[in-house]
Amino acid sequence: MDALARALIQATIRDFPRDARPFAYLAQQLSTNEDDVILRFRQLHAEGIVQRIGPVITPNTVGASTLAAVSVPNDQVEAIAQRINQFPEVNHNYEREHEYNLWFVITAASRARIDEILALTQSWVTAPVLDLPMEKSYFIDLGFAP
Amino acid sequence: MRDEQVQDVIRALQHGLPITEHPYQCVADEVGVTETDILRTIDDCLQQGIFKRFATIVRHRKLGYVANAMVVWDIPDDLVDEIGTLLAKEPSIRLCYRRPRRLPVWPYNLFTMIHGQSRDWVLQELSAIRRKHQLEFPYDVLFSKRCFRQRGALYLPEAK
Repeated sequence: MDALARALIQATIRDFPRDARPFAYLAQQLSTNEDDVILRFRQLHAEGIVQRIGPVITPNTVGASTLAAVSVPNDQVEAIAQRINQFPEVNHNYEREHEYNLWFVITAASRARIDEILALTQSWVTAPVLDLPMEKSYFIDLGFAP
Repeated sequence: MRDEQVQDVIRALQHGLPITEHPYQCVADEVGVTETDILRTIDDCLQQGIFKRFATIVRHRKLGYVANAMVVWDIPDDLVDEIGTLLAKEPSIRLCYRRPRRLPVWPYNLFTMIHGQSRDWVLQELSAIRRKHQLEFPYDVLFSKRCFRQRGALYLPEAK
């Protein structure tokens, strides 16, 4: 990542400008031009460093969400992960070092839809599916500085 | 704007703001409102706490934070809020949540996330935090291995 890319992430990781021409606004702040800023953001997005520019929605304000986990034999992790990823409501899905080895976050329009997804998942695995909705948030900060 | 329009704005934004000269105008065209409506809705959602932030979301793994540990704790129920608040102030702890236990298979009720550039660093941070706060409670460390998906939440179904 070059200096401009780094500066753009740093300038927008906590707050992205709400301005009719936000990239022109950033260009002005960083003494460059709008085309260059747009190009750099497109590159960062294409490289997968920038996932998106947008809102981080506070849990439990829109729809419903939960953290779920399953315990599956090691040679089935990938296959089960792919099946779980068929649900568009699954937005994070990680393998972790534990007997419960597949952890995923479901965000859906309703709790009823989460229950449906969990029930389907349960039909693919033996051990009980863990349903761990957030009860209280003490802190969330995923605004990583590059 | 009506609630329904707020939902339309959230739906239009959940894949991310387009990277183009007039991105808010693009979103406005998609929703069928004015650019001012979009900008005001985002500010309102921030003020009302519906959005935690409106910002660039990066993939931490791509920035070198490859050692990502979910550290889970079994804290007595009458202490969990106090300890959760304490751990949330530790700079290396990125997330701190209370979640339900699922006995007998899952005894942990406090979830913390430590992201680091190496496994050793994460484990050293963890032991420093345990020492500092004299945390004698049972805990477990779940390092991540493969990432099968990481993207923004789609809270609302796509418009048909």
